[in-house]
Amino acid sequence: MSTTATADTSDARAGLSLALPALMLFIGVVVIPLAMTVMLSFHDWGQYKGIEPVFILKNWMEIIDDPYYLEMFWRTFRVAVLATLITAVFGVPEAYILNRMQGPWKGLFLLVIIGPLLISVVARTLGWALLFGGNNGLANKLLMTLGLVDSPVRFMFTETGMIIALAHAMMPFMVLAVWTALQRLDPQVENAALSLGAGSLTVVRRIVLPQIMPGVLSGAIIVFSLSASAFATPAIIGGRRLKVAATLAYDEFLNTLNWPLGAAVAVLLLIALVLIVVGSNALIERRYQEMFR
Amino acid sequence: MSRNGPVALIFHTLFVVFMVAPILVVCWVAFTPEGFLSIPITQFSLRWFKALANYPEFVHAFGVSLWLGALSSCIALLFAVPAALALSRYRFRGRDALSALFLSPLMIPHVVLGIAFLRFFTAVGIGGTFVALVIAHVVVVFPFALRLTLASATGMDRSVEMAAISLGADGWTMFRRVTLPAILPGIVSGWMLAFIQSFDDLTMTVFLATPGTETLPVRMFLYIQDNIDPLVTSVSASVIAITMTVLVLLDRLYGLDRVLTAKGGDAGR
Repeated sequence: MSTTATADTSDARAGLSLALPALMLFIGVVVIPLAMTVMLSFHDWGQYKGIEPVFILKNWMEIIDDPYYLEMFWRTFRVAVLATLITAVFGVPEAYILNRMQGPWKGLFLLVIIGPLLISVVARTLGWALLFGGNNGLANKLLMTLGLVDSPVRFMFTETGMIIALAHAMMPFMVLAVWTALQRLDPQVENAALSLGAGSLTVVRRIVLPQIMPGVLSGAIIVFSLSASAFATPAIIGGRRLKVAATLAYDEFLNTLNWPLGAAVAVLLLIALVLIVVGSNALIERRYQEMFR
Repeated sequence: MSRNGPVALIFHTLFVVFMVAPILVVCWVAFTPEGFLSIPITQFSLRWFKALANYPEFVHAFGVSLWLGALSSCIALLFAVPAALALSRYRFRGRDALSALFLSPLMIPHVVLGIAFLRFFTAVGIGGTFVALVIAHVVVVFPFALRLTLASATGMDRSVEMAAISLGADGWTMFRRVTLPAILPGIVSGWMLAFIQSFDDLTMTVFLATPGTETLPVRMFLYIQDNIDPLVTSVSASVIAITMTVLVLLDRLYGLDRVLTAKGGDAGR
C-alpha cells in the first residue's frame, strides 16, 4: 500500500513538473484573460467617458431587452443549424462512398475533400464571393442553364449564401468524423447481411448507419459550434448588415469601441456553446452507452 | 469488397466539384489580364502576380505571417513536448483536467479568444505589438502541436529508454539520443500543422493586429471588405499554392487523415 502511494506521488511530481511550463502559460494567458473578459462585460461604457470599471448589469440587460440582439442570436443559431444539416446530408454519404473506394483513389479524394480545411478561410470565402457575385455570377449562370431556377437567386449578403459557404467550410469536419467512425466498422457484418439477402439500402440503413451514428453526431457538434462562432464567412458573405454573434462582437470592439457590450456578446456566445456542446455530448453518451462499453 | 454504383459515383463527382469549385475559381481568376474581375477569363496573364511586388502592404503582411507562424510553432513545441511526455507517461490526479485545459483553445471560439487577448494585452501594456501576437498564436496552435506529439509519445516503446539508462546514459542524453528521435515525426508534423493554423488564422488575429503587425489573412480580409479585385485573387492563389505544398508534404510524411484526427491516447477530444 505504501509503495503504491510513493509511486503515485513521484509520478505526480514528475508529471506535473514536466507539464508546469505549459500550465503556467495557460493560466497566465488563457484563464486570466477569459476571467478579465467576463469582468469586462459587467463594466460601464459611455461615448465620452470610455470604460468605467464598475459592476453593473447594463450590458446584459441591453442584450436581453433589445430585440435586435435576440434576432441576431437567433440568426446565428439558425444559420449554424442549417449549415450542420447540409454537412450531414451530403457529408455522410460522401464519407461512405469514399470509404468504399479502392487504393490510390481513396487517398487522393480524401486529400481533395479534407485538404480545404487547411486552406485559408479568407481565400475559400473569396471563392464563394466570386461564384455568387451579383446576378450573373457563375453559380446563377449554372442554375439557370440547368433550368433549376427561372430568375437569379440572391446569394451575396443573404443567409442562403452564408449557409452554403459555411457548409462548404465545415464539410471536411463532418467527412472526417464519419470517416473515422467508418474505419472502426467490421466489414464482415455488412457482408453477412448481404449474404443473408439484404439489399444494399437495407444494409446501409440497418447495419452501417446505426453504427456510425455517434460519429455523425460528434461531427455535427463540431460543425455546429464552429459555424455558430464563425467570423470570416459571415463577415464577407453577409456583409455589414447581416450580423451574427462573432461579427457583432467584432463591430463593438473595433468600430463602436463599446468593449463591455462586445464582451457580453462574446461571453454569452461562449456560455451558450459550452452548454449546447456539453449537453449534447452527455445525451449522445447516454444514448450510445451500450456501444461504448 | 463492394464497389460504388453509378449513382454513388455521380454523387461523388458533384460533391468533389462543390468542394474544389471556390478554390479553383480563385486560382483561375487570378490569371486574368484585365484590370477588373471578369468571369470567365479569356486570356492568361501573370500581370497580377507581378503586380504583387508593388503592393508593399501585402509583401510585409506575408513576412509577418511567415515569422509569426514559424516562431509561434517553435515556442508552442517547447511547451508541448514536455507536456506531451507528462500526459503520456504519468498517471496523476488532475491529469484529465490538465489535458482538457491544454486542448481548450480548440473548444473556445476564436472570436472569444481574440477578445480576451485584446483585453489582456491592452491591460498589460503590450497591445498591438508583435510579441503579443506571438504569445496569442502560441496558445492557439498549442493543441495541434500537443496532439501530434502526444500521439507519437504514446506509441513509443519505453524499454529503449530503460536500455539507454542501464547502459549509463544520463537523463538528458537519453532524451536527446533516444526519446527525441523516436517522437520526431510527431514533432515535425505537429510543427507543420501548427504553422498552417497560425498562418491561416483570421478570427483571433483580426482583434490583435495593428497596421504594422497585420498578418496576411488580416490584410486580405480588410482589403476584401472594401473591394474585390484581381489583386486580392492573386494573393489568395499564392496562399493556396503555399498551403497545398505543405499539405502534400504533411500527407506524405504522416498521412493527412491521421494528422487531422490524431487522438493522442485518451487526451484527444
